[in-house]
Amino acid sequence: MTVSLKPGARYASTVCSTEVVVVKGSGDIDLRCGGAPMNPVDDGHGDGTGVAEPFNEGTLVGKRYTNDDESVEFLCTKAGDGSLSIGDTALFVKGAKPLPSSD
Amino acid sequence: MILEMASDSLGDRIALDGREPMTYAQLATRARRVATYLAKHPCENVVLVDLNSPAVPITLFGAAIAGKPFAPVNYRLADDRLRAIIKRTTPCLVIGGTGVSERIGDIEGVEYIDRDVLLAVGNDESLPETDGWGCDPDSTAVLLFTSGTTGDPKAAVLRHRNLAAYLVSSLEFGSAGEDEATIVSVPPYHIASVSSVLSTTYVGRRVVQLASFDPQHWVDNVRRYNVTHAMVVPTMLNRILDVIDADGEGLPSLRSLAYGGGPMPMAVVERAITLLPGVDLVNAYGLTETSSTISVLGPDDHLVAFYSDEPHVRARLGSVGRPLPGVEVEIRDGVIFVRGDQVSGEYVGAGDGLDDGWFNTRDAGYLDDDGYLFVQGRVDDVIVRGGENLSPGEIEAVLLEHPAVDAAAVVGIPDVEWGERVVAVVVRCDDCTEEELRAHVRAALRSASTPERIAFRDELPFNETGKLLRRVLREELAAEFAD
Repeated sequence: MTVSLKPGARYASTVCSTEVVVVKGSGDIDLRCGGAPMNPVDDGHGDGTGVAEPFNEGTLVGKRYTNDDESVEFLCTKAGDGSLSIGDTALFVKGAKPLPSSD
Repeated sequence: MILEMASDSLGDRIALDGREPMTYAQLATRARRVATYLAKHPCENVVLVDLNSPAVPITLFGAAIAGKPFAPVNYRLADDRLRAIIKRTTPCLVIGGTGVSERIGDIEGVEYIDRDVLLAVGNDESLPETDGWGCDPDSTAVLLFTSGTTGDPKAAVLRHRNLAAYLVSSLEFGSAGEDEATIVSVPPYHIASVSSVLSTTYVGRRVVQLASFDPQHWVDNVRRYNVTHAMVVPTMLNRILDVIDADGEGLPSLRSLAYGGGPMPMAVVERAITLLPGVDLVNAYGLTETSSTISVLGPDDHLVAFYSDEPHVRARLGSVGRPLPGVEVEIRDGVIFVRGDQVSGEYVGAGDGLDDGWFNTRDAGYLDDDGYLFVQGRVDDVIVRGGENLSPGEIEAVLLEHPAVDAAAVVGIPDVEWGERVVAVVVRCDDCTEEELRAHVRAALRSASTPERIAFRDELPFNETGKLLRRVLREELAAEFAD
């Protein structure tokens, strides 16, 4: 199953409590969490029982997840036990670029 | 979404400090009750005409959750201008402080409630909280009326995706230390106030609000609440430094002081570095239309420049640093253009006016070899004398280098022979004559840039957010120096 990326669109894991929002990216991708396809956030969550290895490292709220060429980026808005992937390729936390507070 | 994340993960942290501190979880609850109220209300826009209070973040988030634009309006406007702006937002709900109802009177399509009523809605436990958190990325989050120093105010449109892009690209969620606190003294209708509400929520920092700015009050509150972070506009900073200089007690808790919102005289920056050792200084440059900050001169940049012997490095103290990661900057014919997801550039009734995503800031500027951005004032303020473009900022900077000059403003006034001629207003802190100052400018620049006439005043006309009212000066000086 694939989802259409659009910045601002929100997706929920079907196997844990993870939620993400699209920061960057376009087109259709096979977005998964815990190894299972993600749903539009309005369609709800799973219960965390089906998180499959090796996609069980968990997500952290507020972290940004991206792929090798940084063509997609997701902000995690709710943490969960599953980890994010496109197909079988795991996404990873984007390195923070801390900036001084300006406001 | 921002508040949802903060409430879920940082809910026990204090959002607003003061006599009755409020946590992020409480802020979320109150905003969602207010959202229920606003969603049922027939208004299209939610207008706030008030000083700083807890109603600012509650209304901002409540309106966002309800899917209605939040429009904070300048409460200091003359009554007729305030009414004219409110008319442009009808049908609307106006939330105001003391006396606002009488000032706006009866306008068709306007319903008024007092700020305390709004706060009571937030506290009303019998009201249901809105389900969900709203926030369609393409819908309008905030309408801000630009200060209109050059004409009628325009209503700048900031969509949720613009504001979210700024936060996500430049900040790390939940990154504030538990002891950190920001003092907010800019008025609610300023973009810096909007971005401050959002960014403090996103990083999870405690906020201390000042109803309005007063330098002594500001210093007292920084000390009382152990404030670690602050953002001020240029006129505020110099007055704060006066207070600290006089009482000699410093600001021990303060770690980071950001300034922006207008050109900052380098002498004030140097004074801040001297009077506030150990405080990280941050110069932020941004516009309403760009969802606030687009370029930052960080603490290390300040110190490297301050202690450098190389003129081009030292000059960076007068720059606005380098663009944020999500923002591109280009100089076209001496004018600053920016592009990025946080850039809106859109006005009500006028579309976004972007060219392939690029927004014309109408600020004159240049980039140095290391990518530091220098801002030289509004393009509209450029003086055209005999076909030659002269930068008022450049001439003002030279005037300010003179030891007897406390403040200076340079404008062009109509001239039969030259089209425009250069005149200046100076606030003196020591004796000097008009001729001495003219000789000083002529030596540093050239005769074309030398003010033909200089008027001496006790103060310069600024609006309440620290912007010099050049239009007022032009009119006054044109009359004063008419042949």
